[in-house]
Amino acid sequence: MRYVHHLQIGPASFRVGSDWRAPVAALADLYRDYPAPIDDVADYTVRLFAARPWRRWLRPAITLGGDFTLPEAVPMPLDWGVLAAEMAMNLQLALGERRYLLLHASAVERDGRAVLMTGLSGAGKSTLAALLAARGWRLMGDEFALVDPARGRVHAFPRLISLKNESIGVMQSALPNARFGPLLANTPKGDLRHLVPDAAAIARMAEPAVPSLVLYPRYGFAPAERIVPPSEGFVRLTQASTNYTALGERGFDALTRLVRNVPAMAIDYPDTDAAIAQVERLWSAL
Amino acid sequence: MTDAMPLIMALRDPESTAALDGAGWTALIAMARAEQLVGTLAERVAGLPKPAAADRLLDAARASTEHGRTLALWEAEMARRALAELNVPVVLLKGTAYVAAGLQAGRGRSIGDLDILVPRESIDAVEAALLGAGWEWVKPDPYDDAYYRRWMHELPPLIHRERDRMIDVHHTILPLTARITPDAGALIADSVALGNGLRVLAPDDMILHSVAHLFADGDLAGGLRNLWDIRCLIDEFGTATIAERARLHGLERKLARAVRLADTLYACPPFVWNEVEKSIRGPRPVFLDFARNERKGRSDFLYLRRLLARDGWGRAIRPSTRLAFYVRSHWLRMPPLMLARHLWTKWRKAAPV
Repeated sequence: MRYVHHLQIGPASFRVGSDWRAPVAALADLYRDYPAPIDDVADYTVRLFAARPWRRWLRPAITLGGDFTLPEAVPMPLDWGVLAAEMAMNLQLALGERRYLLLHASAVERDGRAVLMTGLSGAGKSTLAALLAARGWRLMGDEFALVDPARGRVHAFPRLISLKNESIGVMQSALPNARFGPLLANTPKGDLRHLVPDAAAIARMAEPAVPSLVLYPRYGFAPAERIVPPSEGFVRLTQASTNYTALGERGFDALTRLVRNVPAMAIDYPDTDAAIAQVERLWSAL
Repeated sequence: MTDAMPLIMALRDPESTAALDGAGWTALIAMARAEQLVGTLAERVAGLPKPAAADRLLDAARASTEHGRTLALWEAEMARRALAELNVPVVLLKGTAYVAAGLQAGRGRSIGDLDILVPRESIDAVEAALLGAGWEWVKPDPYDDAYYRRWMHELPPLIHRERDRMIDVHHTILPLTARITPDAGALIADSVALGNGLRVLAPDDMILHSVAHLFADGDLAGGLRNLWDIRCLIDEFGTATIAERARLHGLERKLARAVRLADTLYACPPFVWNEVEKSIRGPRPVFLDFARNERKGRSDFLYLRRLLARDGWGRAIRPSTRLAFYVRSHWLRMPPLMLARHLWTKWRKAAPV
């Protein structure tokens, strides 16, 4: 394809090709500190293309493609190039990954041990992970935690942090010196802005961690905490995994080991300060 | 323009991949994924030196097709249980048959739907039994449904409501409206029993079904995988008796085309082509042979253009060649007047009200 960028994020690498310069230029800039793919082999190919040749210039619209695609992809405006690339890269992992069990969760690490946070969209996964990173935790990822079925360790996938609506302002005041992508207004997910993970998250992205706490946060409720038993955790994590079924027995073994060995809590929180305090307290009580 | 030739080279001569750099592996894997051949590629290059990153990726692809094999065999077993009481022969077709019979063609092969062949007189009973065991209709449109039942070689596809797997129930191997009408009775009568109560086609029929599927039906989508199946089946079964069987089904010319192309792309075991060609055609005047070869050579070139229409980004290329084969697929499938009526009906349905 005409414009290309290669990058490695944690254990996954991508070749992103585009019919237009702008999306690849924006991506290359935001990911400028990320290494090239290991051995120059990209695990996944992503294509941002014009569905019809004239769409390159005339009312340009990005169609998402790649090794793995969903049948009905809706084209996106050219201005949303970074979002398009991010969505297409996520899709490759979600549909194609077979080396790791994928959990739709954010993850942060301290002393070689990781906290996973999973929940529905709007639960605050990304925001909490970014705030904890601002307080000295290492960010492992805000979207996917990759569990190695052989050893049970969590691998990092520190892609750009995807901030939505109010959390954009929260993070801009928490990290005034951080790098942000362009503000994308009125996307299907609301206002959206990408935050570049800090230097430690990028430098140490190849380091796995031992999962030590699984949290199920819920935003907008009075503070509450409840132990999540392994049976419930198992069901919730199968729902939070995009490739649990595809991994077959390896997926089952990896997930049962995780829910048996790792304590899990559901936490409700009214605001981010309360949530951070809850996480830190649960962590020190481990 | 680059096409799928690197994938062909890797499959026919796996050791040639030693020359690939990282970008070469990236392109090879992208085209193999797009052609549903990544599991096959992974099997072919297993154990050969390659970048560690490519090794990890292809190991995962092998684990994935291995899991797919388990699922396919389980689905076949589910169908067997659902149909056991009917006491009709159930013949597995395509991918599931290859893995159930432990054939080379099944190694690393991706398997989607479950395809079975049953006698036409049992088709209503089979349908009822499957509906009773949790399979459901996928095509809600009455025209599509009626079209399948009247003109196709299979029931409208059914999907299992819990396992989300599709089953195609065939009563022959080409649409009833196609110009070629294989002998479905012979396919079933000569099928071979497996240990588990299911059956597979006899070796020659297995090759001929793959040939019919690729060259007498459809637009050659997924053709590289299909042709790879044919190459593996020929390699395993040989071609000693196939010409006569091809004549029975009316598939001689399609077989000849398949063997020529499989040989051109994947280098079949030596001399297979000559053998088949001779037994199909018999001796004939040299000038006729020459004329035929000329014609044959030209159209093979078109088939090759279509089969290889995939680039290093996994993109479909050569849109006009693809379109031509798409049109051809409909031409093959039904007589012109019927085709016109069918397209008219489909067009009116697609048009906004």
